Amino acid sequence: MSAPTEQSIVAGGTEASPSGGARFAPRARTRAERRRRVRPTVLLSWIVIAVAVAWAIAPGVFAPADPVAGNAADALQAPGAAHWFGTDATGRDMYSRVVHGAIHSLSGALIAVSVGLVVGTVLGVVAGAVDGVVSEAIMRLVDVLLAIPQLLLMLSIIIILGFGTAQAAVAVGITSIAAFARLARSEVVRVRRSDYVEAAYASGGRRVAVLVRHVLPNSLTAVVALAALQFGTAILLISTLGFLGYGAPPPTPEWGLMIAEGRNYVATSWWLTTLPGLVVVAVVISANRISSALNDRDRR
Amino acid sequence: MTAYDSVLTVRDLSVAYTVGRNSLEVLRGVDLELGRGEVLAVVGESGSGKTTTAQAVTGLLAANGRVTGGTVHLGDTDITGWSDRRMRAVRGARIGWIPQDPVTSLNPVKRIGDTVAEALLIHRWKDAAARSRRVIDLLERVGIPEPARRARQFPHELSGGMRQRVLIAAAIALEPELLIADEATSALDVTVQRTILDLIDDLRRENGTSVLMITHDLAVAADRADRLLVLKDGRVREAGATDALLAAPSDDYTRRLLADAPSLGDVTVRTVPDAARTAPPVLEIAGLVKEFPVGRGEVFRAVDDVSLRIAPGTTHAIVGESGSGKTTTARIVLGFTAPDAGTVRLSGTDITGLGREEMRVQRRRVQMVYQNPFASLDPRQTVEQIVAEPLRNFRLGAAPARRARAAELVEQVALPSSVLGRRPSELSGGQRQRVAIARALVLDPELVVLDEAVSALDVTVQAQLLELLQRLQDERGVSYLFISHDLAVVRRISHEVSVMRRGRIVEQGPVSDVFDSPADAYTRSLLDAIPGRRPHGRATPTAPAERTTP
Amino acid sequence: MRYVLGRVAQAALVLLIAFTAAFVLLQAMPGDAIMIKFQNPELGLSPEQIARIRESYGADVPLVAQYGHTLLGFLGGDFGYSVVSGTPVSRLIADALPNTLVLALSGFVLAVVVAVALAVTATLSRFAWLGTALRALPSLFVSVPVFWLGIMLVQLFSFQLGLVSVINPGPIEGLILPVLTLAVPISAPLAQILLRSFDEIGAQPFVAVVRARGAGAGWVLGRNVLRNALLPTLTMAGLLFGELIGGAVVTETVFGRAGIGRITEQAVSQQDTPVLQAVVLLSALVFVVINLVVDLLYPVLDPRLRSTVRGRKAVSA
Repeated sequence: MSAPTEQSIVAGGTEASPSGGARFAPRARTRAERRRRVRPTVLLSWIVIAVAVAWAIAPGVFAPADPVAGNAADALQAPGAAHWFGTDATGRDMYSRVVHGAIHSLSGALIAVSVGLVVGTVLGVVAGAVDGVVSEAIMRLVDVLLAIPQLLLMLSIIIILGFGTAQAAVAVGITSIAAFARLARSEVVRVRRSDYVEAAYASGGRRVAVLVRHVLPNSLTAVVALAALQFGTAILLISTLGFLGYGAPPPTPEWGLMIAEGRNYVATSWWLTTLPGLVVVAVVISANRISSALNDRDRR
Repeated sequence: MTAYDSVLTVRDLSVAYTVGRNSLEVLRGVDLELGRGEVLAVVGESGSGKTTTAQAVTGLLAANGRVTGGTVHLGDTDITGWSDRRMRAVRGARIGWIPQDPVTSLNPVKRIGDTVAEALLIHRWKDAAARSRRVIDLLERVGIPEPARRARQFPHELSGGMRQRVLIAAAIALEPELLIADEATSALDVTVQRTILDLIDDLRRENGTSVLMITHDLAVAADRADRLLVLKDGRVREAGATDALLAAPSDDYTRRLLADAPSLGDVTVRTVPDAARTAPPVLEIAGLVKEFPVGRGEVFRAVDDVSLRIAPGTTHAIVGESGSGKTTTARIVLGFTAPDAGTVRLSGTDITGLGREEMRVQRRRVQMVYQNPFASLDPRQTVEQIVAEPLRNFRLGAAPARRARAAELVEQVALPSSVLGRRPSELSGGQRQRVAIARALVLDPELVVLDEAVSALDVTVQAQLLELLQRLQDERGVSYLFISHDLAVVRRISHEVSVMRRGRIVEQGPVSDVFDSPADAYTRSLLDAIPGRRPHGRATPTAPAERTTP
Repeated sequence: MRYVLGRVAQAALVLLIAFTAAFVLLQAMPGDAIMIKFQNPELGLSPEQIARIRESYGADVPLVAQYGHTLLGFLGGDFGYSVVSGTPVSRLIADALPNTLVLALSGFVLAVVVAVALAVTATLSRFAWLGTALRALPSLFVSVPVFWLGIMLVQLFSFQLGLVSVINPGPIEGLILPVLTLAVPISAPLAQILLRSFDEIGAQPFVAVVRARGAGAGWVLGRNVLRNALLPTLTMAGLLFGELIGGAVVTETVFGRAGIGRITEQAVSQQDTPVLQAVVLLSALVFVVINLVVDLLYPVLDPRLRSTVRGRKAVSA
């Protein structure tokens, strides 16, 4: 048992190998290796997210400059020691605006993911756990949500709810309900078919007990991984809505809005669009990386 | 260099896998030699390195595996350390490969004929007409009826045995001098296994091809190989002519393998004690029928008028090939499937047509052990939680009492108490199956249904588990319904046996009667197909040296 | 045949539910867009005039009749009138469609080319570092906001390098950057699903068997893996239609191109509900049709599905 057997190596090797250049020779790997491997990119991702969260909680500590009031004398300065990310047309410090903008993106993403996670998972678990009309009805509803292109669905919701940060976040959340519901349902159905669930019934388990004890714990890891992925997607979508002008109103330092405002100076002041965008990309990549790490860890 | 005309010579071969930062040695100095027209069986349990040996010979090691030492000669050609590009000319042309699982070894979206033709095409058979003629010839040669029609079909339209024939046709397409059969018949039913092994034998005799047979099944090796090579932990434990090795194994491990192989070792057939025979049966099935709809209006009768009874403290086996209806019968007994007709009585209580809660109560009396110990245990629970769960379901005892009982059961299935806090992923297959048995017994049921419960395990582990099951039966008086495809195993564990075919029981009775004087033709064909039952000393006993003389 | 009819019925049901939801949420809500626009005191309209306007928009009849009327109109290609400009929505869309079609189709084709090239190179590359680098690309692509990518491309190619003109570009030149912007986020999921399929199918036993017959990596990929990878890729491609529409909205806004995306963006800004409703429902229709076609293609591409479509075989062992 201590030495990995040939079978366990080969079984591990049938998984998709993340390393490149495999050329159809599957890599043999052991379970132990997968568990122990320290991945620096995952660590880095956690650091990025931690910094973003710190910005959101205590922006003043990281960027003492006022994010809203600017000094016209300092307008459109390139990045330097005084202004790390430069200044915009009204002389506001861009670094300070980016730091203060973290709260809008992160809280918005949090609201969005919560809406999608709670509503979607409940719908999906119900659809997976019961058969018949209820399940069918839920899945048709999910089909409808999926049939409307995501951005159009968000715009439809915004036209009803009106413009604003919270409205944008809710709209993003509603569009992710379908993804959560489908995943939760398919996971529940998969686990319900497994031998160990049947074994639980065979040993006298009641439906609710089996659901709570076996089905939910084994199906929700994938849902959590999706939540991490959706967190990144939500930040992207919220910034898109901000860019289109449906999110927070000016002069809020919202990342998407900042990029939209910087558009007029693309020819001369590259930093106004480039740097906030890079911050968005870094946060989104990190959330995605953490999500895939969560997924990997759960694979047995 | 060698005493006889050698097709494959492996000297001091070592292979290691790079796992993380560590190097894991899988083969440590393996020597083997295979003469022209000879069959050499490499026998070993999982993890012995037998598959790695075959992969190293063909240069198809996993991406992180590498040959760390030794040489491989194919005929006179030293192919040690050849690049993938150079090896490509050898694979298929000089070495044919027959894979393990015919179901997953054919490209599902490629027609049969194209799959066989691909072997030719890779090695530059450019003439399409010649290619298709050769394909038809090959399919005919491996015994596929209507080869022209079959060539246009897709793999899923063929049975497992037919698919394996297709794979053999592709393997012999270029008349290689060496055939590697990697567990080539392990996934097949015994009767099919036999015809495939016969086919490989024929081809070898006809073309003088050498066969390197990789197998976990000592009985198959004993029947078919000229010489055996026993591998364990990457080392050769023993090698020699089959008969000599079987008659007088010199190595302890070989001896244990021989003793544990169900069809080779000695068996004391169990008989039902008279007291049990007259006692009321634990399980009584009468006239069971189950049909499944197939397409429009048609039905498939999976279980057809099945009746049997199990005396207390005894084992009744249902044996049959895939699709015989044995698993459906077991599921009906457990109340997971409702029969269309017939009754299932557990100690007199009819459990057919019970409501959900009533059935749940009955489950205290009948428990189940599944085939795949990797799937039947919740990966998130500890062993203690798994074993105590039935008690929890029936609200038996407080938590500390339940834990004590779980510990007791774990001890009874001969596991150390240290496993209680572990999760299934930390246990070996055999250990997991012990946990499953402990869970099945914790409620003190009258009957345990074992569905292929030892089929996925290595022979030595299998033998230990069979012993454990017998001991527990003797101690507790529990009855077993033992579902299996493996007649040799059934003979070891059962008192009585029912042979099923296409949903019907074709023969039923005490093991001694059914095995020693089968009344039904199908039972006889099943018994004949069991490997390892041939008189040792093969039908055409020729020593390798003799065969090379023209 | 029954399978086909079932799928068509299911698709129709989804569309009907979508229409109903859109109607209830967008049209039946109180304080509708007409009132907001015409009650504006600056216009100085009398209540009678407003009522007449409402009548002309069909907003005064009972909801059920409105529902039926609107549904029939939609089925006949009549999507009502824009509240802002008063033009028929169908004409607005018809005018904008060609531009968007050119953009979307070119973007999609480029995305497919990029995805296939990336996945094939990553899989066949002899150099591990190249494979690893290429495999990391799609997850980078999906993390980039489309609008920002567009701005970055303009900044780089137009202002820094001066390769593509943004002021009065020719029809082809004006298409380069928008198409690139649109293609990147579409190519990423395609490349990911291709790479995953290549890996999963490549690890299947039959691939090892083909290699044991002497095939090289290129042969294995081209003649065995690719065909098997087509099905999941096609499924993903069908689902990406939504991304394509969303991408068009953003791309057209960034580059100031006329098209469906542009009128959608303006409709939302100006609370022009009928326009948005029509765009949403038409997109849903196209999405459902595309995925219906993909579903019906399954049995053509995978012979195993042909028999299951005819009647599922219950296999018991």
